[in-house]
Amino acid sequence: MRGTFVKTLVELAERDPRILFLTGDLGYEVVEPFAEAFPDRFFNVGVAEQNMVGLAAGLAEAGFIPFLYSIVTFASMRPYEFIRNDLILHRFPVRIAAVGGGFEYGSSGATHHGMEDVGIMRVQPGITVVAPADHEQARAVLLATWDLPGPIYYRLGKDDKSIVPGLDGRFELGRAQLIREGQDLLIIAMGSIASEVVSAAAALAAKSISCAIAVVASLNPAPVDDIANILVRFPLVLTVEAHYVVGGVGSLVSEVIAERGLRCRVVRCGVKSSPDGVSGSQDYFHRAHGLSSELLVETALRALRGAKQ
Amino acid sequence: MGKRNISAREMRRIILDQSNRAHVGHIGCALSIVDIIVALYANVLRIPDPEDTDRDRFILSKGHAGLALYGALFLKGWLTEDNLNTFCGDRSLLGVHPEHALVGVDFSTGSLGHGLSMGAGAALAARLQRSARRVFVLVSDAECDTGSLWEAVMFAAHHRLSNLIVIVDLNGQQALGYTDEVLNLNPMLNRWRAFDWDAHEVDGHNVAKITETITGLETAFGPPHVLVAHTVFGKGVSYMENQIK
Repeated sequence: MRGTFVKTLVELAERDPRILFLTGDLGYEVVEPFAEAFPDRFFNVGVAEQNMVGLAAGLAEAGFIPFLYSIVTFASMRPYEFIRNDLILHRFPVRIAAVGGGFEYGSSGATHHGMEDVGIMRVQPGITVVAPADHEQARAVLLATWDLPGPIYYRLGKDDKSIVPGLDGRFELGRAQLIREGQDLLIIAMGSIASEVVSAAAALAAKSISCAIAVVASLNPAPVDDIANILVRFPLVLTVEAHYVVGGVGSLVSEVIAERGLRCRVVRCGVKSSPDGVSGSQDYFHRAHGLSSELLVETALRALRGAKQ
Repeated sequence: MGKRNISAREMRRIILDQSNRAHVGHIGCALSIVDIIVALYANVLRIPDPEDTDRDRFILSKGHAGLALYGALFLKGWLTEDNLNTFCGDRSLLGVHPEHALVGVDFSTGSLGHGLSMGAGAALAARLQRSARRVFVLVSDAECDTGSLWEAVMFAAHHRLSNLIVIVDLNGQQALGYTDEVLNLNPMLNRWRAFDWDAHEVDGHNVAKITETITGLETAFGPPHVLVAHTVFGKGVSYMENQIK
């Protein structure tokens, strides 16, 4: 997604000279297209994310649209207070492109795993929060949001090749995207883990269980009406995210059910424990936290059996 | 709104009156910067109109001294007396710390360590827009405890943001004690010079000297500038001067 995001940004920057790009010394072989096309509008600010956000505020006040780039953990947490006070409070149009939600940086370890970023961003009413599921949707996300007022947080992945079947690059701010219709079970996914969900749904279909799948890429504004409208059809929903189960799409769906008084049980699939110091690949961590397609199938079957009782 | 004579005496009177009326503290830290604010608003800042997009920018990074800034805005005629008298009232735009929603305030501050980054960004913006406008940032000495301030210091020096002028209010005090006893910041001047800034020392209560020093700075090219202004906490009120409480 990150390569597609930067290439799309270059197209936008060709049309709009207000767009600037700041990186916290990250993005090797990703940010070069922008740096080469617009050397005077590209700044490596060094390993200094708090300053990067403050700089962006100063630039935005003068009329620029700064895009900031770093890894999810460094983009969201190190400068969080600066995002809150310098961007959100001022309503400045600064965009944070944060790469590596979930376990994308698997073997780099827990310091690089984005487990809480959507939660801490979504809790702030004044920042748009989007988490595209594949690179085609990432392009649509950027084209739909790049010149919105106020700050934006983009949770991006590294994969510029895979796509989520059925998504077809669709995106609309404040809406969810239904990518598979079904009658027995609803699964709502956030981010690239949606690919595992699609595989799980295919496996469940072979067991004569038909799943509906919705992708939520717009976390703020949240697609509460879309979620509610589809939830009313199901007694059970699985939410799936490479994120702590608190704060992300699982919490969002729970909020909708509670506020609308819907009769639907939520099973939140995601990360439920703090890191234990073990390293590994992204696939390893998905298996470890029940997010692989096989384990999602087991969770779905267990939940359906529980629902029947 | 009418412009009034910008005098240190008048500004101190405003600070004391408003603090007393609103029963709000942070008086000493506002009093220590009065003469700096007078120099800036009476003599230095090029602000034809507070909403002029090419005006000089001023950031009170030590936002807890907001009352001094409100005094300046009032004396410049950009803030009415009625508005000034809403200081710390309900639904007022004049809280303890300045909010950018108030005309005349460029950036909201209140959390130390933010203003210089925003100022560096503003200075960079001026460069990119080929503007000669300057950016002034007033920081407290204790604010130099923050790591983020030094990130901005390094960035500004590396990018030779000569249109960025920082004034350090060196009153030697912070919330719980004297700065020497909390985190030693001496020698302040040398620290900035070590980061490749053009650094000057000045008597923070001599308006003429502050004005002269700033006016003599080269802002078209070269390094960014810092004035380490020696001040007295609570200056102007004998029983407040140099007192922690």
